[in-house]
Amino acid sequence: MVKEITVLSGKGGTGKTSLTASFAVLTQNSVLTDCDVDAPDLHMLVKPEVLETQEFKASRVAVIDEETCIQCEKCEENCRFGAIEKHVVDPILCEGCGVCAYICPVAAVELEKRVSGVAFISKTKYGPMSHALLNPGEENSGKLVALVRQNAKKVAEKENCEPIINDGPPGIGCPVIASLGGVDMGLIVAEPTMSGIHDMERALGLLNHFKIHSLVCVNKYDINEENTARIVEFCESKGVYVVGKIPFDPIVTEAMVAGKPIVEYAPKIKVSQAIEELWERIFAHI
Amino acid sequence: MILTVASGKGGTGKTTVAVNMALSLENVQLLDCDVEEPNSHILLQPKIHETKPVCTKIPEISEELCDYCGKCSKFCAYNALFVAPKTVMVFPELCHSCGGCRLVCPKNAITEKERQIGVIKKGEVKGVEIVYGELNVGEAMAVPLIRAVKKQMKIDKTVLIDAPPGTACSLVASVHKTDYCILVTEPTPFGLYDLKITVQVLKDLGVPMGVVINRAGIGDRKVHEYCEKENIPLLLEIPFDKKIAELYSRGVPFVTEMPEWKEKLRKMRDMIER
Repeated sequence: MVKEITVLSGKGGTGKTSLTASFAVLTQNSVLTDCDVDAPDLHMLVKPEVLETQEFKASRVAVIDEETCIQCEKCEENCRFGAIEKHVVDPILCEGCGVCAYICPVAAVELEKRVSGVAFISKTKYGPMSHALLNPGEENSGKLVALVRQNAKKVAEKENCEPIINDGPPGIGCPVIASLGGVDMGLIVAEPTMSGIHDMERALGLLNHFKIHSLVCVNKYDINEENTARIVEFCESKGVYVVGKIPFDPIVTEAMVAGKPIVEYAPKIKVSQAIEELWERIFAHI
Repeated sequence: MILTVASGKGGTGKTTVAVNMALSLENVQLLDCDVEEPNSHILLQPKIHETKPVCTKIPEISEELCDYCGKCSKFCAYNALFVAPKTVMVFPELCHSCGGCRLVCPKNAITEKERQIGVIKKGEVKGVEIVYGELNVGEAMAVPLIRAVKKQMKIDKTVLIDAPPGTACSLVASVHKTDYCILVTEPTPFGLYDLKITVQVLKDLGVPMGVVINRAGIGDRKVHEYCEKENIPLLLEIPFDKKIAELYSRGVPFVTEMPEWKEKLRKMRDMIER
């Protein structure tokens, strides 16, 4: 089995994507995925060239035929999502369950497949990449994440690449869970703020819940060293290894504007050295 | 007036804006709809006076009545039911509570039972009412909990909704039927890319919007250019400021130590009302 690691954080904006891109530079033989399918950013740092595009059709949407409809309102009464009002379906609220089509006495409701997004298989100068883009406002992000990971596994086996590095979404819900199933390790990128600590604890709880080996790194550790100490203490008390600490440096934003992973943009600075050491330690764990 | 604070990209400062606005305006109710990682209570430290469980409905199958015909599992669009020759399995995390299985069962063997997915907490601090949801760890679906938080809405107040990051169903559920959306972004390529997707969601929903640029001074000017080109009002810029960052890291809303910002946030609300 190809080894697989997911970078997550709970809280958004802690540096998952900047780190993932740097890991890709440092390994050169990994497959990258962007599992943040509704707000993907990794492509801006690794500049993929798309080789394959797949339409992602996972959901259905109800459509009522005006002419057949006898306005009995049975569909509206039975819809649990409040998606039908005055014999018209609101596609934004419709979850495609099919209750309306089943209940309709005159078969006026049809369920149409809808395209919820696209998946891509690409190449970057650091190795293959699997990513996607969910249509704005869509659901089913979890299923699209599953497709992205499935594509990555195929590519990894075909091209003999290892490990797979998943750039995870923020939060702890559906798409995060989909980016964690069966992975060998979860790396939490924490930031030393009160919110960051709270969210890291919930992310750790999630990894624990799914019995996934967890590692923590603290990004921008020097913006509040007291909080960093708290994170380290908390992790130690839970038997979780703090695998590295990365200092704050505005040059990381500069690298983002330049569209380059930080370890490539400024390999000599402290941040890049810290990331290199961090990756070595993670790699030893895999 | 119902105002939602959203962003697309995570960590741009949604909660910072929502919390500091709540402390600057009068008669505010703050609804934290980021039920996966709620943070506004960390900055506000409210006194919690009520905690309520939030449940969704899942099917319960009577083994006595069921004849394993499989119609329920065939109907279920979410693969939440599996029927074997002598048993039926329910996968609660996959169930969307549509009630379809109960409707299609020819033997009336399916009833529904409640299953807890999280809690909502209600509290108060400095005249601000706060309601937030907390999704149970390991639970996938945030939307039913977001809807439960929004049910607590008091429309006679200025309602501030702190939305989750992302541009998918959780954002839609949070911003649905609100009067205006404040988009908090940072002036970086990541901030801009995710902002554009969020703007599309809001256009589809027909919700008017304006942008707050947080950490202004870092990155580049592309968010400014985009807003101008798309005719999206720039409501406020919050500079990249060591003091603001330091206060945030300690969990302190910046208006409590930099009260001059209260007036700026009130002006922003007035601008939105106009």
